[in-house]
Amino acid sequence: MPVLWIVLIVLTLGGVGFVIGRMRAMASADGDPRHLHSLPNYYGTHVFLAVTVPSMLLLVMWLLVQPLVINSQVSSLIPQEAVSEGSSLGLMMADVRRVADGLDTAVAAGAMTSEEASQIRTEFTDIRERLGAVGVALGSDVRPEVLKAAQRYRELSGRYGLIMAVVIIGIALAGMAFAWSRSHAEFRARNVVESAIKSLLILASSIAILTTVGIVLSLIFNTIEFFKLYPAANFFFEPTWLPSFGGGTDSDGNPLSKLGILPLLWGTLYISVIALLVAVPIGLFAAIYLSEYAGPATRAFAKPMIEVLAGIPTIVYGLFALLTVGPLLVDVFGAGGLLNVSWMQGGTAVMTAGLVMGIMLIPFVSSLSDDIINAVPQAMRDGSLGLGATKSETIKQVVLPAALPGIVGAILLAASRAIGETMIVVLGAGAAARLSMNPFDAMTTVTAKIVSQLTGDADFASPEALVAFALGMTLFLVTLGLNIFALYIVRKYREQYE
Amino acid sequence: MTDATANPVQPDGRKHGSLLQQDARIKRRNASEARFKFYGILAVATGLFFLVALLWAIISNGTGAFSQTYLTVQVELLESKLDKKGNRDIADIKKVSTFGYTPLIQDALLKEVQDRGIETEFAKKKDMKALISASAAAQVRDHVIANPDLIGQTVEFRVLASSRVDGYLKDRVSRESVARDKNISPAHLDLTDALVEAGVIKKIFNLDFILGSDASDTRPEAAGMGVSMLGSLFMMLVVLGLSLPIGVAASIYLEEFAPQNRWTDLIEVNISNLAAVPSIVFGILGLAVFIQFAHLPQSAPLVGGLVLTLMTLPTIIIATRASLKAVPPSIRDAALGVGASKMQSVFHHVLPLAAPGILTGTIIGLAQALGETAPLLLIGMVGFIASNYPEGVLDGFVAPNSAMPAQIYEWAKRADPAFYERAWGGIIILLVFLITMNIIAIILRRRFERRW
Repeated sequence: MPVLWIVLIVLTLGGVGFVIGRMRAMASADGDPRHLHSLPNYYGTHVFLAVTVPSMLLLVMWLLVQPLVINSQVSSLIPQEAVSEGSSLGLMMADVRRVADGLDTAVAAGAMTSEEASQIRTEFTDIRERLGAVGVALGSDVRPEVLKAAQRYRELSGRYGLIMAVVIIGIALAGMAFAWSRSHAEFRARNVVESAIKSLLILASSIAILTTVGIVLSLIFNTIEFFKLYPAANFFFEPTWLPSFGGGTDSDGNPLSKLGILPLLWGTLYISVIALLVAVPIGLFAAIYLSEYAGPATRAFAKPMIEVLAGIPTIVYGLFALLTVGPLLVDVFGAGGLLNVSWMQGGTAVMTAGLVMGIMLIPFVSSLSDDIINAVPQAMRDGSLGLGATKSETIKQVVLPAALPGIVGAILLAASRAIGETMIVVLGAGAAARLSMNPFDAMTTVTAKIVSQLTGDADFASPEALVAFALGMTLFLVTLGLNIFALYIVRKYREQYE
Repeated sequence: MTDATANPVQPDGRKHGSLLQQDARIKRRNASEARFKFYGILAVATGLFFLVALLWAIISNGTGAFSQTYLTVQVELLESKLDKKGNRDIADIKKVSTFGYTPLIQDALLKEVQDRGIETEFAKKKDMKALISASAAAQVRDHVIANPDLIGQTVEFRVLASSRVDGYLKDRVSRESVARDKNISPAHLDLTDALVEAGVIKKIFNLDFILGSDASDTRPEAAGMGVSMLGSLFMMLVVLGLSLPIGVAASIYLEEFAPQNRWTDLIEVNISNLAAVPSIVFGILGLAVFIQFAHLPQSAPLVGGLVLTLMTLPTIIIATRASLKAVPPSIRDAALGVGASKMQSVFHHVLPLAAPGILTGTIIGLAQALGETAPLLLIGMVGFIASNYPEGVLDGFVAPNSAMPAQIYEWAKRADPAFYERAWGGIIILLVFLITMNIIAIILRRRFERRW
């Protein structure tokens, strides 16, 4: 792992820099720290930062840019006409990388010499078989131009890797020399170190923005890629979800898979509505009781106990839905069950997932509503009670109307949780995408299909896998919209009484 | 005022009642009050009931995974089968696959049955297959390869019983349910009863479930959580190592240094939005950025840790900012007053005082990350990968592995109900970790948090 080595070398250099920088500063002050502008350690830290920070930043940027550069150089090796029917340059490049990785693995496993790996030709050797022998499975036979590109790819990444190591260690050494030469008694080491640390703090706080940018970019690029392979109108308006096994296109060039989002949206919506029908009344009444009626002892016991429900991982709820609630519902609503109706065919159903998700959401609704109800000024309650209203009349006619915007915000936040929830629906709701009104039917959701499309064996570049990004984009936009709207309502409401 | 001379009889014809005698309307209002309060109690009780039901389901279904049925048999390690050349050459011994060992174990069990005079219709060693786990042969083989001198002797082994026998002792399998089962017959269950009586079959504590690795679809009795636990551990190390410094740095900047401007607003809006982005979207991000773009190894705890770091950051930032805010300004003023720089006042005085709150927030964030499943599935950390222990610390970070929740998910998906018990048991282990972490967080908060 050469990158790890570079990091270790730079850190060692930094450590050395710390010692020599401190020593030089002390020497320039005749060994008496009182003659220094800053404390001695600041001089050491100054050199350490000068060694590590620029080189590490460069390393990160280099690692980000290098694949792009290599990609553009290698892709020019693949002639336009070699890009076969139903494929694209991106797909070809994925092949190239896979072959290159395979060659690397083969060399590392000792099945090939590095000489051989760069000279090998498809005309004389069956690459697929050779790589298969070391555990690298390739989907199809390797074509000569792909192999050539892969060899070029390896050559370039090897060369750039070497250049990178030299440049980065060079920069580290230059930083050390520069900072060391500045380390003398009058140098304002503290000010420099502090402003450097402040920049690092700013950098750390920008990671949140980088994450958002990363999410948006990865979703957008792959979604565009998807819509190139699959018509957008079909995605949004087709009422069937039927990915064909192994992908492929029919004679007109249309994809065989039917990837309409409507059944998934319907399943998501249906499950979320059931979840909210469970969570909102229970959560809201629990919040009202705990904030308005319960004594301190009850409150101190019940509130954290209900909030424990929020700390339980969703996989636990998923298992609870699949193995406990599902069979229980079948015993009641299934054929030959307690009610003697046969509404429910199997344990996985909209109702199962919705009920369990509702349980999960109770604490979200109750804690948020509790905060909001508590924020309603006591004077309003006193006024109402003073006029002779009972407690429940006060709550219904004064407290709740005052808290309503905040409660709506809380419900919207819970709804956004419900829409984005994955494990409960993956385990509890079933896998069949259908547009049905029966809440005891198995249906599926956007999140469940993201998981199933990306964990299967489908090629990353096929529409069957890329559709997950379009689904993710939809999910991201919907939840983001709900969140922003909810936060806006909650914030606006809070300001009213502050 | 006209009100003072108003008719004592109300416009709607009601008379002033006595305080002691409630009229119909008051009764109605009081009844509605009682009803409303009852709804509240009902809601709280329902919430608590769900919690109890959930815990009951976990404990009643999961405790079975912590005991396992074993057979104690005297296996005669025949030299003619295991080391035909008789030279105890380890390479030759290794050539004998587990198929060479299976008949020996079956023989040993049959002998045990006959020696004890247990009456049974089974007289062939093949008939014993239903009682013995498929991994028993591998267990004996590993032991023989480690101690080649044992060949030719008769050695006592405690091997895994098959999952049907295990299920029978745990009441998961009954005579009715095995009627359609081609792996075992009701007569085998009679034999099992006799062997339990004789002390050959015993149910003991299942350490292998906690420390072992995942097993294939057909051997639920051998599946364990150990490897995926290591995967979770390495992921948590990555999360801790990245999210704590980055989170603290970001919060210090936002709380202590950031000017009120657009950039700061943008960061804050971003953080609060990221806290509400569905976890699966972070999985998509990890897949697209770390695996497709940066070509980091798939299924590696390193990548899982990176994804969970991004997910945990908002939690840690929010907690850290709250605890920084709780440090009174007088501390900062005092530090500045004796000549410290702003940076020194923060790092030398404010940060140590806020440390308990920061640690509490970090532990809670880690606990959240530990239970997260969906993003891990997208980056390939699925359960069945967790079948080998990592070879070293570096390997632990980059070698394909799974994590506890993903392992549980994998077991929940498998067809054999014997895996369900493992899944519930896995949940108990996971919850033990979560509860421990939360208790540590609570203790830290109680002990060290100062109120000014």
